[in-house]
Amino acid sequence: MVIDYVGVKEINGSLIVMDGVKGVSYEEIVDIKLDNGTSRQGRVVQIEGERIVVQVFEGTRQISLKNTKTRLMGRPMEMPLAPEIVGRVLDGAGRPIDGLGDIFPKERRNINGTPINPVSRVYPKNYINTGISTIDTLMTLIRGQKLPIFSGSGMSHNDLAVQIVRQAKISGADSTNFGVVFAAMGVQKDVAEYFRKSFEESGVLSRVVMLLNLSNDPIIERTLTPRCALTVAEYLAFELDMHILVIMTDMTSYAEALREFSSSKGEIPGRKGYPGYLYSDLASLYERAGMIKGHPGSVTQIPILTMPNDDITHPIPDLTGYITEGQIVLDRALQGQGLYPPVSVLPSLSRLMKDGIGEGYTRGDHQALANQLFASYAKVIDARSLASVIGEEELSPIDKKYIEFGKLFESRFVNQGFNENRSIEQSLDLGWELLGTLPRSELDRVDDALLNIYYKGKEG
Amino acid sequence: MNNSNVIYGINGPVVTVREADSFEMMEMVHVGTQKLVGEVIGITDSLTTIQVYEETTGLRPGDPVEGTGAPMNVTLGPGIIDNIFDGIERPLKAIEEQSGAFIKRGARVSPLDEDKLWNVTVTAREGDELKGGDIYAVLPETPIIEHRVMVHPRLSGKVIKAMPDGNYRVNDTICVIEDEYGERHDLTLCQQWPIRTSRPVKERLTPSIPLITGQRIMDTLFPIAKGGTAAIPGGFGTGKTMNQHQLAKWCDADIIIYVGCGERGNEMSQVLEEFSELIDPKSNRPMTDRTVLIANTSNMPVAAREASIYTGITLAEYYRDMGYHVAMMADSTSRWAEALREISGRLEEMPAEEGFPAYLPSRLAEFYERGGRAEVLSGGEGSVTLIGAVSPQGSDFSEPVTQNTKRFTRVFWALDKSLAYARHYPAINWINSYSEYFNDLDPWFRENLGDDFIEYRNRINALLQEENSLMEIVKLIGADVLPDDQKLVIETARVIRVGFLQQNAFHADDTYVPLEKQKLMMKTILYLHSRAKEVVDREIPISAITKLGLFDKLTKMKYDIPNSKPEMFDDYIKDIDEQIGLLLGIGGSADGN
Repeated sequence: MVIDYVGVKEINGSLIVMDGVKGVSYEEIVDIKLDNGTSRQGRVVQIEGERIVVQVFEGTRQISLKNTKTRLMGRPMEMPLAPEIVGRVLDGAGRPIDGLGDIFPKERRNINGTPINPVSRVYPKNYINTGISTIDTLMTLIRGQKLPIFSGSGMSHNDLAVQIVRQAKISGADSTNFGVVFAAMGVQKDVAEYFRKSFEESGVLSRVVMLLNLSNDPIIERTLTPRCALTVAEYLAFELDMHILVIMTDMTSYAEALREFSSSKGEIPGRKGYPGYLYSDLASLYERAGMIKGHPGSVTQIPILTMPNDDITHPIPDLTGYITEGQIVLDRALQGQGLYPPVSVLPSLSRLMKDGIGEGYTRGDHQALANQLFASYAKVIDARSLASVIGEEELSPIDKKYIEFGKLFESRFVNQGFNENRSIEQSLDLGWELLGTLPRSELDRVDDALLNIYYKGKEG
Repeated sequence: MNNSNVIYGINGPVVTVREADSFEMMEMVHVGTQKLVGEVIGITDSLTTIQVYEETTGLRPGDPVEGTGAPMNVTLGPGIIDNIFDGIERPLKAIEEQSGAFIKRGARVSPLDEDKLWNVTVTAREGDELKGGDIYAVLPETPIIEHRVMVHPRLSGKVIKAMPDGNYRVNDTICVIEDEYGERHDLTLCQQWPIRTSRPVKERLTPSIPLITGQRIMDTLFPIAKGGTAAIPGGFGTGKTMNQHQLAKWCDADIIIYVGCGERGNEMSQVLEEFSELIDPKSNRPMTDRTVLIANTSNMPVAAREASIYTGITLAEYYRDMGYHVAMMADSTSRWAEALREISGRLEEMPAEEGFPAYLPSRLAEFYERGGRAEVLSGGEGSVTLIGAVSPQGSDFSEPVTQNTKRFTRVFWALDKSLAYARHYPAINWINSYSEYFNDLDPWFRENLGDDFIEYRNRINALLQEENSLMEIVKLIGADVLPDDQKLVIETARVIRVGFLQQNAFHADDTYVPLEKQKLMMKTILYLHSRAKEVVDREIPISAITKLGLFDKLTKMKYDIPNSKPEMFDDYIKDIDEQIGLLLGIGGSADGN
């Protein structure tokens, strides 16, 4: 029995309120037909007896209290899935927009997914070689990890993401089982186009699923985009055994869409007006990365977010950092010096790194070298702040050495070409070479056996 | 029970029922046709409010809501240890068998394995008078943990039937007792207890025994007692979880309850993997033989996250009542507080600070008060140590969860971002952290490690404090201008920081250091300091000492001296004496020139 409900009772932002609705289920999808022949989709977000609140994905423009017919679809928001989805371009709600026709679904899945049982997870250990020195050496990306890029407006996060996609060598992945799911949320047309072009140039475009919610697309649709993208990714990874890299940009726009939705629903705001459930909501996205026992595939996430005002304590980067397994932080000062990629080494981190590197994965000295580089670079920062007070001339000889080391580290180790693909050996050797400019006694994070092999300084 | 109650409204995890008068506050209910688990959290004459522990997608108004007549319970019995539960005590392995790698809703699994046979020794005899908490049977739950089956605290009576020793399942009757009203009760191997009620004890005891963790900064500078409460606050990436793992692995509690409350799924799989591979040095058995894991990851339903902390503490109290020392790690209590905030928001309650509900402090207090050392009902002694990680928003310790936690815990291990950035682990800041247990624990330290242990600790602390104030000057004008005796303080403090406070969790010896070695390390560092002070007092430049390499040698002694060879410290002292002696000899003549 299908009933069309005529008209609505209230319109508020992207929400419509209807009364006298029977047999509705929570989070059900509704189809709204306007008198002018167009139709829109919405989702039931609140039920109180026969009064329901529906969130309209395309916005409520042109909806009046009388000109709609609403039909309950009897199912939650689902994503049609088939192996042929690879290579397609979809809109933010998962509908094809590349003119190649509908996807003939093998199956449909609820876009909210269900949580992976912690006991079914495989602890991720295989590293992904990105060919970027800072990332490979100091914040190694691991297959099945979620490692966001914390950036700011105007910084080269897009280039970095493209370079990672182009250079990433996932062990066990080859051209037949590697894929990229790209979710654009509120980014400009140019940016989406830049990604598409880059994928094309690096020859992976036929293995990319793009979901585009551009900055002029409906905001509420934006809250669906990452969910659709991750549903696709899970399907490809755990049904078709592919290794999937998910790039989601820009998470800040997503969170802002969520805030807009929340406030129009009249919810009690938490920090900076974001809803109290922002943490749980972000977690329901990020936690969909991982690997599962008995399945060879994997979902690795690289979400990109622009920190408002470059503030890492802003709720979005803050909550993201508590969920993801580390972060790659970009720094405006480095960008200003013309360095690429402008990775700020000290606050960046990969939590899964320690078990995915070393003997058998990268090289035995990797962990010790990384610790030493972090520790030495931290001292560079101390020496610089001292120099800014008393002047570089007045520094002790050892502090001057650190200043020198800092310059070399940034210009040679952090800085690298957009097309430069460094092997892990090259990166590690470069690290040792730079440490050689410091006296051996300063290297307190490395034991003597390793120093004997790798230390390249003058002192014995 | 009234079966005519139906759903009226749905908003996220909150479901309302209209015109129901049969529900009790905090009663456990089954919601919808899939019988999702929920709990009654608010009642008015027209509306009953229920929080549902599972996803509410697809629920409809008119779906049935059934009461169970009892509050949210956990089942306590053998089979808890070496298991991994979600926030409402459903074993995740059984859920996996039922629904695969993704958790489906409405999973109905019993908390304990009901078919497993346990080798039970019945200790109660017919005619015995048993009161609440008395032990009537024992069984080996794991090779190292003896499970002591206790009378429910609210029951007592005379044993009128006791089964012989043998193999029994958890629900088999072991004893029958008759209470003072002549009513008979079958006692099985398990019992039910409401998670929000603390289990009674005979008497609370002062916490006077330290929980030995093998982590130097925790054991010496900021010790925690068995039955104590501690908070580990720190922004992301400062190593909260790492510290919690280290504590869970190495602290000398009998049983570990590890609650992953709203944390990462990959992290839980790491815990699972590591703990099953890791061998407990004391028992030579895998860590899992004494560990219970509760995993409610951040993407699992928020209401169950709120419950997971209570589930954990109830399990901890149950084992305490058997006479065990239990340590519970909660990672992280901020996620739990956020779950409170989220549900409070859905209920449209008036928010207090930062959107948290006004009852946040009282909930935190209730939780931490359930820790403690006590004489248990059966007469023995047990304790529950609570160690809660706090994830302050924006790494700002002035936010409500950190501040309120501080009020109810007595040890504060403050993690520091700048230490973590420099990869100084554990990144516990020695200036901001504190322990209030010194007075309670000092007698124990005196008795077991000697008076000098406390003296060393105080001197180490004083040096660090002095360094801290000197660093203020150094930051402004550089270290070169300081007089030599102050340079010496900075040099010694560096050795303390790098050689003593920094500890390498991945190093076979350094990951756990016995107290005796900790003491000898302090002694050696302080010995070098006082000998070097002699040199400096003779106005020999400090560079003469630093050239000797003694300070660098001491920073590496944590690796160079194996835990099993404390006698090697004597060589270090001898070496210091020789080299400084030489210097004093030469220095003496240099002085004369």
